[in-house]
Amino acid sequence: MLQRLRTQRGPQLALLLTLWVVLGRLFAGNWTFPLDRSSLTPFHTWLGNGMDSIDANRNTNPIMSNVVEGIRNGIDGFVAALQNLLSQPPAGHQFPLVGWLGVIAIVTWVVYATANWRVATLAGIGFYALGALGFWTESMDTLALVIAAVVIALIIGIPLGILSGLFPRFEKLMTPFLDFAQVMPTFVYLMPVALFFLIGPASATIVTLIYAIPPALRITAVAIRGVPTVTVEAGTSLGTTRWQLLRKVQLPQAKRTIVVGINQTIMAALSMVTIAALIDAPGLGQVVVQSLQKLDVGTSFQAGLAIVVMAIVLDRATTAAAAKVQRESVQAARTRLRRRLGLGIGFVGVVVAVLVSYFTVFGAQFQGSGFIGLPFADAMQAGADWVQLHWSNATSWYTDLISNWFLNPLQSALVGTPWFLTGAVVLALAYMFGGPRLTAVCALLLAVLVGTGLWSDAMVTLAATFFAAAITIVLGVFFGAWMGRNHRVDSILRPVLDAGQVLPAFVYLVPFLGLFGATRFTAILAAVVYAAPASVKLIADGVRGVPQTIREAALSAGANTWQVITKVELPMARHAIALATNQGLIYVLAMVVVGGLVGAGGLGYLVVAGFAQSSLRGKGMAAGLAIVVLGILIDRITQAASQPRVRASIGNGH
Amino acid sequence: MTTTISVRNLWKVFGPHPEAIVNSPDAMLSRSELRKKTGATAAVRDVSFDVGEGEVFVVMGLSGSGKSTLVRCMTRLIEPTAGEVLIQGEDVLHADGARLREIRRTKFSMVFQHFGLLPHRRVIDNVAFGLEINGIKKDKRYARAEEVVGLVGLQGYEQAYPEQLSGGMQQRVGLARALASDPAVMFFDEPFSALDPLIRRDMQTEVIRLHEEVGKTMVFITHDIHEALRLGDRIAIMRDGGLVQVGTPEELIAQPADDYVANFVLDFPKSHVLTLRWIARPATSDAELQGPALPANMVIRDAARTVLEVDGPVRVMDDGALLGVVSTEEILAVIAGAQG
Ligand SMILES: Nc1ncnc2c1ncn2[C@@H]1O[C@H](COP(=O)(O)OP(=O)(O)OP(=O)(O)O)[C@@H](O)[C@H]1O
Ligand SMILES: [Mg+2]
Repeated sequence: MLQRLRTQRGPQLALLLTLWVVLGRLFAGNWTFPLDRSSLTPFHTWLGNGMDSIDANRNTNPIMSNVVEGIRNGIDGFVAALQNLLSQPPAGHQFPLVGWLGVIAIVTWVVYATANWRVATLAGIGFYALGALGFWTESMDTLALVIAAVVIALIIGIPLGILSGLFPRFEKLMTPFLDFAQVMPTFVYLMPVALFFLIGPASATIVTLIYAIPPALRITAVAIRGVPTVTVEAGTSLGTTRWQLLRKVQLPQAKRTIVVGINQTIMAALSMVTIAALIDAPGLGQVVVQSLQKLDVGTSFQAGLAIVVMAIVLDRATTAAAAKVQRESVQAARTRLRRRLGLGIGFVGVVVAVLVSYFTVFGAQFQGSGFIGLPFADAMQAGADWVQLHWSNATSWYTDLISNWFLNPLQSALVGTPWFLTGAVVLALAYMFGGPRLTAVCALLLAVLVGTGLWSDAMVTLAATFFAAAITIVLGVFFGAWMGRNHRVDSILRPVLDAGQVLPAFVYLVPFLGLFGATRFTAILAAVVYAAPASVKLIADGVRGVPQTIREAALSAGANTWQVITKVELPMARHAIALATNQGLIYVLAMVVVGGLVGAGGLGYLVVAGFAQSSLRGKGMAAGLAIVVLGILIDRITQAASQPRVRASIGNGH
Repeated sequence: MTTTISVRNLWKVFGPHPEAIVNSPDAMLSRSELRKKTGATAAVRDVSFDVGEGEVFVVMGLSGSGKSTLVRCMTRLIEPTAGEVLIQGEDVLHADGARLREIRRTKFSMVFQHFGLLPHRRVIDNVAFGLEINGIKKDKRYARAEEVVGLVGLQGYEQAYPEQLSGGMQQRVGLARALASDPAVMFFDEPFSALDPLIRRDMQTEVIRLHEEVGKTMVFITHDIHEALRLGDRIAIMRDGGLVQVGTPEELIAQPADDYVANFVLDFPKSHVLTLRWIARPATSDAELQGPALPANMVIRDAARTVLEVDGPVRVMDDGALLGVVSTEEILAVIAGAQG
């Protein structure tokens, strides 16, 4: 497809780009909707007033006071109960009901029961490290939120996933919602949800649900559909009812994949719970956000590390549990007995630990909290200071180079070109790749974008997104091709990439903040690091999928390695590359807007400002809308570009 | 012999507006033409046959000829587009959901090409699965499962998991599972085509033995002519969804209905199946009637030695009546023809 794109559409694309640049130069600075950071358009004021009136009517409007408040109180109650157990003392108590000793014992035992003793040890040590890093209470707040969100997400997601797996029509119904939730940068649903459910645990849980239900649902559906037809037929031919078939044939075989889905759900929840700190979710995210905003590199490293530890423990534990689901079945009776014995003895230990943690201060309050974390934070701060002192010439030379040669020209071209010119290019692309229907959709989206009054900020965000995405794709092609053709490299890099993918997006800002301070580079590099693993893996799998025989055919025809890569492997992996481009852009956009927290401008900054200043709420909301529109535009057009349809060939062919 | 299965004018059309294709002139088009014209595939078209009690009825055909679809329609794993299927006189196609389950639990069972065993259950629980969903108590169903596990020669493997067994053993589990409910009819959809040739032969022997022991009516799908001739009392040849010929192994070999059928049996040594009846010729002179007498239903391969040893032709006798004579030339013609 890329091949076709190059040969058939290359000249058209080049012409389009040239026209855009030349005309943009000609009219530079006209019709560009510039807007000061603190200025509002009537639309923003109107949005702000609307939000004010929702606040004002919270208690009088029956839907608000019954339904919305009912949901909010229910979820708040659930989270509060978990917090009483783990992190916040209930009324009349000095400590939470289960102290650190009890929690560590329970976690270790549960991981042993669902996985194996090695991961259980890792989990125990990991949880101890949370306290040693100085964030026991914050970690437990985060854990409480994650548990609440995951429980609700699974209660909703798994049944819906089963229905989707069984009934293709139901799945069709769900797909648009899932796609939308996946494309939308996590950042933007914070404000609308907080508007209705107020800031706090309930809103944090709900935004997390929006983010965590799709993977649970999708993977459950895949798991059910992946059950071999022949076992379903065998079951049916023996006279099972639908329910028996589901319970005895389909679910047991889907179990392993469903546990993989639970892993994804947990990781998504952890990622979102930390970002939800922006709407006052308690926990580790709070610490990171506050230290990022204060540019306190030491503390942000310290808290970031705690998040990483928690992510690794949760990921390893659920991955090992998924791997065990299958193995367990063929275990010999003897090892099973030994395990049961171990679990029984362990359980007694857990009960003792929980009792000790309830009745003694030693077990309730983490001893020596932060004895690792504080020195670590100091060291990181010192390191960052040193880097900024001694390397600032190097980093600024480097950032200046990139700014002057790439980023600034790109940004000024996007920002300075009249909006209708850029819009016309978007529509032309939409028509080329997707035909009239996509063009109409894009026209509508562009109208909304113009209507938000934030065209200029949107172009700033777009420039950073394009730039970061370009780096991501280059990295993706390079490492992807390398991994795809070399097993050794693959086996070294893949675990790193996997680990990179489970970390909450936020964490990536921390090291770059240390290097570049509060600049757009921090956001851009964090975005590249956040998006690269997915792109690299997609392309690696694409290259790996090239049949060996074709490779051999090329070699036997006398091609050298370079020719095999460029003429055989990459063209044949073009669909994977197209997909990686699409995914790369979506991931990058999500992260670039988060960068608003640390000094990147554009739409992300406006969203953050909306949280901070109530007078800018309406504008922040409009910025969120603009981000959604950008996301859908990018997604639709790149998806269409990656699969030229019959429509396109009919258009050119006759 | 009483009739156990009767199939009448059975159709299955995949694709848009399937009913419109049934019995229409379009249905007589070739598959690809039909597909081009209507977008539909007639996987089974207008199939009718009867299977007697205790008979092994083999359905043969090339890949894509509709064999699997045919058995799946008979068990209603796929809903047929039109037609009638009677099993022990009961109309299967009009049974409601509850009745259909009842029929599946008691009257027939099926063995699959890729076994279809449940990987999370032990052998014994796989075998007892049908009884379990029928609500039979644990000790009773285990007792019965033990019994059939013995019948298929899997004693000692009750506690193993399917993935610990070889392919041949897995299919024995599949056989045992199908036998457990003591059904009247067993359907086999290419049960041995995923196995090595030697194991396949073993399993065929196993089925022949089981058939002798339990005497079930069997419908057996295969695309292996050797398997078909070995197992089948009667064989139906399918092409493009329709039946081309139905007959005993001898009839197919001696009188193939067309080139398609002839091609199937081309490589098969005819002398292994054909009886003297098919090559007996009238005697040309009294002198030819002096040889020893052999029965008409003797297979040529078994008669060859006698015929080649005596000087003149042998007499072929059918129930005491003279059918004709067979001499060395006729025997050699059959044997040489098979190799040519
Ligand atoms: N669900 C379906 N939808 C559409 N067409 C189908 C479907 N199932 C089968 N067919 C078509 O029906 C025809 C018969 O298929 P069937 O599986 O019955 O053949 P078969 O004789 O069992 O072949 P094989 O020996 O490969 O198992 C084929 O052309 C197939 O493509
Ligand atoms: Mg088949």
